[in-house]
Amino acid sequence: MTAAFVKKRQSVSVAAYIALIPMALTVLLAYLGTMLWTARVSVSSSRTFPNSDFVGASQYIRLFNNERWLLSLQNVAVYGVLFIAACLVIGFLLAVFIDQKVMAEGALRTIFLYPYAMSFVATGLIWQWILNPELGIQEVLRKLGFTQAKFDWIVDQDMAIYTIVIATVWQASGLVMALMLSGLRGIDEELWKAARIDGIPRWRVYVSIVLPMLGPSVSTAFVLLFVMVVKVFDSVVAMTQGGPGTASEVPAKFIMDYLFGRANIGLASAASIVLLATVLAIVAPLYYVRSRRADKGM
Amino acid sequence: MGYVVKQEKNVIAVAEASRVAANDSGAGMAAAARRRKLAWTPARAGVYAFLVVAALFFLLPLYVMLVTSVKPMEEIRLGTLFALPVNLTLEPWVQAWRSACTGLECEGIRGGFWNSVAIVVPSTILSIAIGAVNGYALSFWRPRGAGVLFAILMMGAFIPVQVMVYPLVRVLAAVDLFSSLPGIVLIHTIFGMPVMTLLFRSYYAALPMELFKAARIDGGGFWRIFLQLMLPMSTPVIVVAVIMQVTGIWNDFLLGLVFAGSEHLPMTVQLNNIINTTTGERLYNVNMAATILTSIVPLALYFISGRWFVRGIASGAVKG
Repeated sequence: MTAAFVKKRQSVSVAAYIALIPMALTVLLAYLGTMLWTARVSVSSSRTFPNSDFVGASQYIRLFNNERWLLSLQNVAVYGVLFIAACLVIGFLLAVFIDQKVMAEGALRTIFLYPYAMSFVATGLIWQWILNPELGIQEVLRKLGFTQAKFDWIVDQDMAIYTIVIATVWQASGLVMALMLSGLRGIDEELWKAARIDGIPRWRVYVSIVLPMLGPSVSTAFVLLFVMVVKVFDSVVAMTQGGPGTASEVPAKFIMDYLFGRANIGLASAASIVLLATVLAIVAPLYYVRSRRADKGM
Repeated sequence: MGYVVKQEKNVIAVAEASRVAANDSGAGMAAAARRRKLAWTPARAGVYAFLVVAALFFLLPLYVMLVTSVKPMEEIRLGTLFALPVNLTLEPWVQAWRSACTGLECEGIRGGFWNSVAIVVPSTILSIAIGAVNGYALSFWRPRGAGVLFAILMMGAFIPVQVMVYPLVRVLAAVDLFSSLPGIVLIHTIFGMPVMTLLFRSYYAALPMELFKAARIDGGGFWRIFLQLMLPMSTPVIVVAVIMQVTGIWNDFLLGLVFAGSEHLPMTVQLNNIINTTTGERLYNVNMAATILTSIVPLALYFISGRWFVRGIASGAVKG
């Protein structure tokens, strides 16, 4: 190796290092730095401004004694289970039905996926209008003769969270359909021939053979939907503003309120660390399992 | 590192599969030919019944939004949500665009529209440029430590925004960028970096290494190989990236609300202000017209780009 070559190689790799400076800064400052900062603030007594004292876990204790936080956790759990289950079931069904070699497949796919192109805010506002008890579906039902019809979930303390499920399932199940459909199209035609020869009913093949084969698509969809659940904010703000009262409060909104409205950044930081820990606890094992499978060459 | 590699394989596999799913080429025609031979049975009827009902459910909100936006208020007060307009009017659209109140000012949503354009254009360009350079450097040059950085960046995609928001406000305020256009552009670039980097890294990793080695032997440097060899080959991935970023940034609400400042509030935030913070009688027709106006850009992009949009979803699948 000549000296000239070595010199050249070094100068070039300097360019590569320089090119990656934005990424390095983003990772170190925006991701790791903010995480550490938030973790640090969560164990201080900070309110409007960050303090540098140390108060141990007292913010966390206060957090889990806070009615509103507990309510928002309960809401997001109910919301998350229903939203993920409904999206997976509807998305899978849509994909399977579309996969039956139907007419106008392209048009159907377009129809099922278009809500996903819209913002959560727009979605929330449309459904707020459709579900409003004065002039929305409830009124239509009454006009049709069902004078006792009652569908006022959006202003009902116990039901408001379900209206957010309806709106966001409408928005996101097309996404699951798209992912599942690509999984289905990857399945060998031979499977269907074999099943037909053995006389196994089609639905049975879907439930017992195809569904397990779609494992990777399902877990991708699950991770995506789970991230949406943790992030759910826009649609709640647009649809119910967390109300009536605090009935449809969610953690992401709780944190934003305490950061910017109520100026209690110590408590909000503790809450966001709890949120982060939950995400890591769910997502990390999934990726661990995936990488284990990859190592085994599955 | 193992999981990152695997993750990437998944992305490629999913993207590949979505290409199959979204095909409208020769294979599709062959499938269509086979399709016609299927007999009409009760089971087929059931399949169609399900799909038609589902399609109606998905189209219903779009229909309601459209008819509401062209009805006068008198018709809306009748409580006939699904009825077609009797006296069709475009007045609500004009009002939504020009004179609806977004808080104290009553200048319609057009300001928000142009704010969103001003945010989306530079954010899209900058985030794609950085994502492309990152992907290129990670695929071909592999500087020491870059792998670890990339792994952390990928995990960063899962960090809830709430963890990062307040420290970022403080940092931006310290350098005088908080509540400014460059500030919000920078924020979108930071939050878009994981997916953009992953997208370009996967694309470049699929290119043959020999190509790069040949360019090196010919004396190409880091930037020259990128600009003259890699970039011209990157059109497909750039199209996907543009669709993803324009849609994502246009639809963003939270980041615009916190970082853009009152002068540059994006359209989604102004839309929410029009509908949820105005007092007096609610003008549902104006509200729906404003909602459609806000959704037009991503919807148009979706209807025009079709399969490219699906490809974007597949490659964004790791982040969401």
